[in-house]
Amino acid sequence: MSAQLQVDKVTVSFDGFRALNDLTLHLEAGELRCIVGPNGAGKTTLMDIITGKTRPDVGTVTFEGKDITRFAEHEIVALGIGRKFQRPTVFPGHTVFENLELTSHGPKGVFKMLFARLTADQRQAIEKTLELIGLTDHATRLAGLLSHGQKQWLEIGMLLIQQPKLLLVDEPVAGMTQQEIERTEEILSGLAGAHTVVVVEHDMDFVRSIAQKVTVLHEGSVLAEGQMSDVQNDPKVVEVYLGA
Amino acid sequence: MSPAKPTKAVPTLAGFAAARPLHWNSWVAGVVCLVVGVIIPVLNVGPSPRSAFHISDFFVTLVGKLTCYGIVAVAMDLVWGYAGVLSLCHAVFFALGGYAMGMYLMRAIGTEGNYRSLLPDFMVFLDWKELPWYWEGFNRFGFAMAMALIVPGVVAFIFGFFAFRSRIGGVYFSIVTQALTYAAMLLFFRNATGFGGNNGLTDFKRILGYPLREPSTRAALCAITGLALGLTYALCRYIIGSRAGRVMTAMRDAEAKVRFSGYDPVAYKLFAWTVSAMLCGLAGALYVPQVGIINPSEMQPSSSVEIAIWVAVGGRGTLAGAILGAFLVNGAKSWLTVAFPTAWLYFLGVLFVVVTLVVPGGIVESFSGLLKGGGFLTKYFGGLGVKRAAAGPETAAAAPVSTGGPGVGEEQEQP
Amino acid sequence: MMNARIFSPLGRWSRMRVASLLPVVMLGMLLLAAPARAEGENDYASALKGIANPSTDAVVQAITALGATEDPRALKFLQSLDGGDVAVDAAGGVFVRDRGGALHDAATGALANAPDAHPLIVDNSIRRILAPTVSRLQLRSPDPTVRLAAVEDVAGRASSDDAPALRDALAQEKVASVHKALVSALAELDLASDDPKQRMAAIAAIDAEGSERLRPKLETLIAKHDDGTFGEPDANVRAAAEKVVKGLQRKQVVFDTTADVLYGLSMGSILLLSSLGLAITFGLMRVINMAHGEMLMLGAYATYVTQQFFHAHLPEHESWYLLAAVPVALITTMAVGALLERTVIRFLYGRPLETLLATYGLSLLLIQIVRTIFGAQNVAVGNPPLLSGGFEIFEGVVVPYNRIAVILFTIVVVTFVGYVLRGTSLGLRVRAVTQNRPMAACMGIRTEWVDMWTFALGSGVGGLGGVAISQLGNVGPDLGQSYIVDSFLVVVLGGVGKLVGSVVAAFGLGILNKLLEPLAGAVLGKIIVLMTVILVIQKRPQGLFAPKGRTVESA
Repeated sequence: MSAQLQVDKVTVSFDGFRALNDLTLHLEAGELRCIVGPNGAGKTTLMDIITGKTRPDVGTVTFEGKDITRFAEHEIVALGIGRKFQRPTVFPGHTVFENLELTSHGPKGVFKMLFARLTADQRQAIEKTLELIGLTDHATRLAGLLSHGQKQWLEIGMLLIQQPKLLLVDEPVAGMTQQEIERTEEILSGLAGAHTVVVVEHDMDFVRSIAQKVTVLHEGSVLAEGQMSDVQNDPKVVEVYLGA
Repeated sequence: MSPAKPTKAVPTLAGFAAARPLHWNSWVAGVVCLVVGVIIPVLNVGPSPRSAFHISDFFVTLVGKLTCYGIVAVAMDLVWGYAGVLSLCHAVFFALGGYAMGMYLMRAIGTEGNYRSLLPDFMVFLDWKELPWYWEGFNRFGFAMAMALIVPGVVAFIFGFFAFRSRIGGVYFSIVTQALTYAAMLLFFRNATGFGGNNGLTDFKRILGYPLREPSTRAALCAITGLALGLTYALCRYIIGSRAGRVMTAMRDAEAKVRFSGYDPVAYKLFAWTVSAMLCGLAGALYVPQVGIINPSEMQPSSSVEIAIWVAVGGRGTLAGAILGAFLVNGAKSWLTVAFPTAWLYFLGVLFVVVTLVVPGGIVESFSGLLKGGGFLTKYFGGLGVKRAAAGPETAAAAPVSTGGPGVGEEQEQP
Repeated sequence: MMNARIFSPLGRWSRMRVASLLPVVMLGMLLLAAPARAEGENDYASALKGIANPSTDAVVQAITALGATEDPRALKFLQSLDGGDVAVDAAGGVFVRDRGGALHDAATGALANAPDAHPLIVDNSIRRILAPTVSRLQLRSPDPTVRLAAVEDVAGRASSDDAPALRDALAQEKVASVHKALVSALAELDLASDDPKQRMAAIAAIDAEGSERLRPKLETLIAKHDDGTFGEPDANVRAAAEKVVKGLQRKQVVFDTTADVLYGLSMGSILLLSSLGLAITFGLMRVINMAHGEMLMLGAYATYVTQQFFHAHLPEHESWYLLAAVPVALITTMAVGALLERTVIRFLYGRPLETLLATYGLSLLLIQIVRTIFGAQNVAVGNPPLLSGGFEIFEGVVVPYNRIAVILFTIVVVTFVGYVLRGTSLGLRVRAVTQNRPMAACMGIRTEWVDMWTFALGSGVGGLGGVAISQLGNVGPDLGQSYIVDSFLVVVLGGVGKLVGSVVAAFGLGILNKLLEPLAGAVLGKIIVLMTVILVIQKRPQGLFAPKGRTVESA
């Protein structure tokens, strides 16, 4: 079977600047992959390409055999690709509970939603997620009033409740305490296997502790790929990223 | 609407109730509908003109007119206050509904016009020999009423589809809709367009056989308008209470996140926008028989901006506030333009500035703030103090000024 | 309502025929030209004698004889005769009455005492011969302007009797414009000829001259009547005429298109002037300034006030008032802009929709204030003498000087704005603040100060636009309302934050509008333009010149 997600020979340029340059990346189902690289290496742009936020100039993105290169964001989400942004993005005018309710797994069409009722299953899933992210006591608070760390958690919760097959997580532990980081590690590692997880992260300790496989990006292309220990010793990688 | 009872101690339901002053708003809307729909018409028709309880015909027509504006305001609040799309072409939808009704009323004149022709007077005047094809069918009331809803709906749907699909949002959308208003107005000003040009449609005689001059007809129209306002309110209240409504407000606050949660914002915006346009058409159709004329000046770009200020005065995202705003601003307009003609524009201008600057929450928020004690003053200084760095849903939803690229059309992620 | 002006905010360009002024000029020349010449003296004097003859036939003969002389006095005399100023007496004396009523001897010009003289009655048979004779004499005038007028005169009469005289004149004519008119006139006469060959020759002559004026004549030849016959019976001639008409039509299309493009440039320059300030306030600061149109209006009123001031206090320099109006308008609108920014707009940064409503309120206030001060009626702002009139670029197409001045003024203003933004420290700060406000603040830039100056600059440029608009159209309190929609479209279409985009969008829209107008009419043309803009924004939501990049897309 071919890989679950295939990014093939993708090039994106902004006004002459090549953010991604003939990049190819394959992910197997159930994998936990970390993507690292210096600033401007194209990590966020890669996420944008996969989730349909940016369209590649050249190249294709295939998910479970389906060409999703030209799909809209919400269609890609419907296929089972979820994304957590670098900066926590929640719905500030809604309660924590509603935030989770809105992102619950299920149909998302406007007429369906017009007559939607919260099912018992959904309620249970929300309550479970609230517990998991430790926000049960804050369920009725407006999400806009949460602290930065709590918003991070809420967003992870919103991602989980979507029940995606593939999770793209951009810098999940930025602004978290050591304790929270460990908890995140636990959650992400627990997800791998049943889900495919891609983590973009700067925090090398975090990467080292969770990663099975690491991809190093540099100037829009894959510089190295493999087990953390191998990559760490790759002289090219040492030079551009880890060496300093 | 509210979800079922929680099984565990998760206090979700109470939270919803606290977060949304549902009851308060519905009470206000209900009282307004009762007064307009029942009390005023009854007091107009019932007591003899000499009685102290009698309400004059003039007042009935005025209230009927204000209620039509109330419907428009509720429709505007749905799309602006909840879906976050500021439309500057709602006056066009209103006028389209008005024209559909006007066409029926023109046809209903029959041969009683000045020229004793079956053709509307202005067509005789322009030396037209036969009715243009798009006037067919408007001799039937049902068809005309359907068109009053369908035409604005279709125009809104087509225009909205293209605009939302290409992610024209925020102020860009406002500017483009203003251009649409402008184009529509120019089109309707032409005699050749076939809607009476400058003068529009007027000199109506009767609706469904009832003479429009009769006070009883007017009272009935007023009552129907009150009922229509009630239904409009109930419909919009249902929509925003549904999960679709919550998706809309989420979209207003963080559109990108909505998209990445699997919703298609185009569909939600289009839905709110089209429903809103159709409600405006309804209001226009009710407005025309009461005021007796519809002409292109109803579609001026400035009329559309005024609709926004009714909503802003009342308080965005409250529905009932929109109704109050429409009544207050237009009531003031009716009074000032007669009593102090030059003062009206000063008043309106100051109103625009003061509302946006000092009471961005509108009177509903100020009022509830006052009830809580001192809230109004906090809001007053808070309003002045809001700078670019301010937090909160409203400012956070807006594009930051500091981005280098022209990202107004594209939604920004939350900082 | 503002509809009257918005349909065509620029007004119509006057298309006038310079030639229609010529008869006046011609008369003036005649009064000057009368040097007596010895040669032909006898011809003139002897021909004159017949005038006094009571027989109409004799008078007619005399006039014909006068027409044959080379004497310049003959023309003057015949014109006097035409004007009823000739008197005769029984003794055979011929006199000309001057303006004062005194009689002069027609031959010598000396004052004459002729108590019996009675005015010569010019009856129809005399008049019939008089007019062509005068024209023929004029055709030989040494002055080309007189000759040209005479040709027009003869052509308008279109009598085949004139053909020989015209042919003579043509043979001797050296001046191109007169030559051309002669050919046209002859062709017109020949077209009426019974001889197909002559008609053919006429068509060839029209073709060679490319005379647009005769196209309708040719078109009547090829037109098919209801009974199936043609205006021209000969098929060959008809075919030739058809060919020439097609050629002329093609030429006309080129002329019209060129003219439309020129008008479009003029309209574009107005659009640019009215939107350039907005490109600064909206494009750079993201302030949805609905009161921008009122900055134009204030600029126009500042021009009006300057004009009134000059009129009252400096009447001797009144023609220069416009130069003074430029700084007056700039400073006035900058001050108003700075005031608005400090009192209202600065509280609304980052809240574009609220800004839209608040500035709309401001626009209502400004309109009402101006209405209170100056009245609701339009005020009259005159063109200085230097900007009155225009020059003819093609037959019948006149470009007024004020339009050209506005185009030049636009170039100056664009250069000025470009310089301020690119070449001054204010511009550097503006760009720094608009690109990264917190960083600019950290660098010690007073961002609030920059905001105020940027907004003032945008408003001031709007005021400069108002000066230009005051020279082209009506100045009234509602002036700004008719420009604001177009201005926003220009900025949006050009790409927010891109001045170059605004320039291209303004001229593009102006030219498109003018090209569409003859095809679809002013209103439909305008609607088509609006729809086009909406469609373009569909394809390029960021505008034509917006950069694609991570700054736009990413977090």
